[in-house]
Amino acid sequence: MAETREAEQSQISDPDGEELMEKNAPGDSKNSMLIASDSFENIDIDCVEEFEIKKHKGGLIHQIVKQTSKEEQDEVAKENDDQNSAKSDLSIGEDSSEDQGEIFETKDIAEALDETLNPGNGPISSHITDEDVNSPEWRSQRKHIFIFSDSGKPVYSRYGNEDKLVTLFGVMQALVSFIQVSGDVIRSIIAGEHRFVFLIREHLILVGVSNGTDSTQQVLMQLTYLYNQVLSVLTSTSLQKIYKQRRNYDLRRQLSGAEKFLDSLLNMMETEPGFLLGAVRCLPLESTVRDMIAQSIVQHAKVKDLVFTLMIANSQLVTLVRMKKYYLHPMDLHIIINLINAAESFKAAESWTPICLPKFDSSGFLQAHISYLDEDCQTCLILLTVDRESFFTLSECKNRIQERLVKYNGLQAISDSLRKNSYSIQDCKISDLRHFLYKSKSTAQYTSPELEAPYLTQPEQERLFGLYQFLHQRIHSLSRPLKILYHVGPYETLLGWVTQGFELYAVFGPLVTKPLAINAINKLLAYIKREENRLFILNSVTF
Amino acid sequence: MSQQEGKMKSLEAKVVVLGSQGVGKTSVVIRYVGGMFSKAVSPTIGASFFTYKLNLENYRVKLQVWDTAGQERFRSMAPMYYRKANAAMLVYDISSSDSFYDIKEWVSELKRNVDTPIVLCLVGNKCDLEDGRKVSFTDAQEYAESIDALFFETSALKNTGIEEAFLVVAKKLIKLYETTLTSGLNILDSSFPYDESEHPSSNIHVESSGQKSTNKESSSSGCAC
Repeated sequence: MAETREAEQSQISDPDGEELMEKNAPGDSKNSMLIASDSFENIDIDCVEEFEIKKHKGGLIHQIVKQTSKEEQDEVAKENDDQNSAKSDLSIGEDSSEDQGEIFETKDIAEALDETLNPGNGPISSHITDEDVNSPEWRSQRKHIFIFSDSGKPVYSRYGNEDKLVTLFGVMQALVSFIQVSGDVIRSIIAGEHRFVFLIREHLILVGVSNGTDSTQQVLMQLTYLYNQVLSVLTSTSLQKIYKQRRNYDLRRQLSGAEKFLDSLLNMMETEPGFLLGAVRCLPLESTVRDMIAQSIVQHAKVKDLVFTLMIANSQLVTLVRMKKYYLHPMDLHIIINLINAAESFKAAESWTPICLPKFDSSGFLQAHISYLDEDCQTCLILLTVDRESFFTLSECKNRIQERLVKYNGLQAISDSLRKNSYSIQDCKISDLRHFLYKSKSTAQYTSPELEAPYLTQPEQERLFGLYQFLHQRIHSLSRPLKILYHVGPYETLLGWVTQGFELYAVFGPLVTKPLAINAINKLLAYIKREENRLFILNSVTF
Repeated sequence: MSQQEGKMKSLEAKVVVLGSQGVGKTSVVIRYVGGMFSKAVSPTIGASFFTYKLNLENYRVKLQVWDTAGQERFRSMAPMYYRKANAAMLVYDISSSDSFYDIKEWVSELKRNVDTPIVLCLVGNKCDLEDGRKVSFTDAQEYAESIDALFFETSALKNTGIEEAFLVVAKKLIKLYETTLTSGLNILDSSFPYDESEHPSSNIHVESSGQKSTNKESSSSGCAC
């Protein structure tokens, strides 16, 4: 850090007249199929909202069922019934600023906590068989995640056995309720190198402990994802019901088998920038090919009650067709991608499974028909419906879509694109530019080139991801948000730029100069503009 | 299509596979349908759908097999999968008495919720694990008799008993169809409404004894499942 120089927000320009030109954002579209999302700037507001809006009736699923059964298209109720949103007793202190949340820095506790998690000091236990607080391995993990019920019952721990960590869960629960008694909400504790972040939701408390590069906000976002993953398996309705019946219920019974979704989600969030950006990556395809694929779906899957149909290959979106008036949130899409990645069983046969998309409607399940279209299990088709009886209809749709894609070489195009990898930074023909992330805000999609030298080894890739986290966190800092950040680090120079239409994070070699970097960014935007039809899905197809 | 094939009746039956987590439901089904065994079968999410066709007596039987997830959280969704089932394979693990007790719950649930006649088949899987046996053969057999179920001990690993179990279930389904008018069994493939337009010339008509209407059936064997 000693050798870093920064220029923030001030207009970056130099005597030669090089200037960042804010033109139309490449990949911009007025017609997006995903809900345009900012990065986590508004996640805090989100928390409050979700606290308040606890609607059980009138969810979107309910709406679709009602709507299609009556065939009444005239009136579609607005998304959120704000009627019962006056409930504010739980959100006291939520609107306070970030630093106020960190008031809880009593020295003793902070030190004790740091010690618990610091591998260096403290006695080293000899039996490591079952990892617990005393095992050095457990202590040295970069990020711990704990989930427990508000009565302190363990639900999930990323490392180690929950039962062995029961006292630790007790301490965390005590911290939460201690602060709650004084009418406040604990948000985070900084203890030495460790950052303890709390997310308190109805019935569940999530705690992230990190000594890595992620900021409090970023950990909070990750916890939100985990909470949504739990909802995706159970729905908020059944979560409420369970805890209403028995406050000290052991939720692990219901989640058994679903821990791996939490594990894989955590692993994905540590490598996949899409979570950081609140955006998804599309599989690069010629727009004509993509249109053909979308049209195959529209023509052969015109089924009543089918809400979304999506095709995913290697965690990248190939296409998405949606019911008119309904949009998918990128967060829900990430949950779907995680499900596909984590569950091998879909590769064996066509599957029919309930899934809850928390952003879409956390109160109920959609029914998903999931199948792979090719022998190698690369291209996955997901049909999401509200009709629990439509398996065979959808199975037939799948066969017809598959037939058509084979006939018109759609599957071939997908597998070609997968094999070629995305694209090389060299294709952009910009010297000194090593890597970048570009997010188009209006479509909630992002693009980035393949990782190339020097980011070929795992530690280097982790370091690069850390740089992006750093850049992202500085730009989206709650207390001091930035538009532009130029940061010269010891190994590379970073440039972050956020406009109305896009977010761009670029990594240069360490010797680049400011004018060169600006010039490069302008060239890069031109490149993305040229390629936008291939890299992004710009028009939204509906049934 | 041959004349003989035309004379055969097609019977379509829904078979649901139920049982606790980890007893080997998916392994049994994959062994039967795909002829394979894998040590690394991952837990089923929701339910997987398989079809298996066999010719038996005068029938071409198409089994629609629903391999359900054993995990607790899917328990409440089970009715969706066993509704209108013609047969249920109740799988337990002979080395786990808990998994055997769970079968009793499944049976009473089925009795309560399924009103059409249903063929029950009790399957004690993992019978290669003789050393760790917790459920005796005679206990299981007695229980099977008490609920009027077929009974087999199987091993997906060693491929014992599985083929027989499904075969006997299929036979019993045919018998059920022939003797009971309200069997709920169908002599057609009409769940695929598009077949007609796809192969307009290849439809053959089968007069079914128990039903009034004539039903269409596609003779093309290329149903991609």
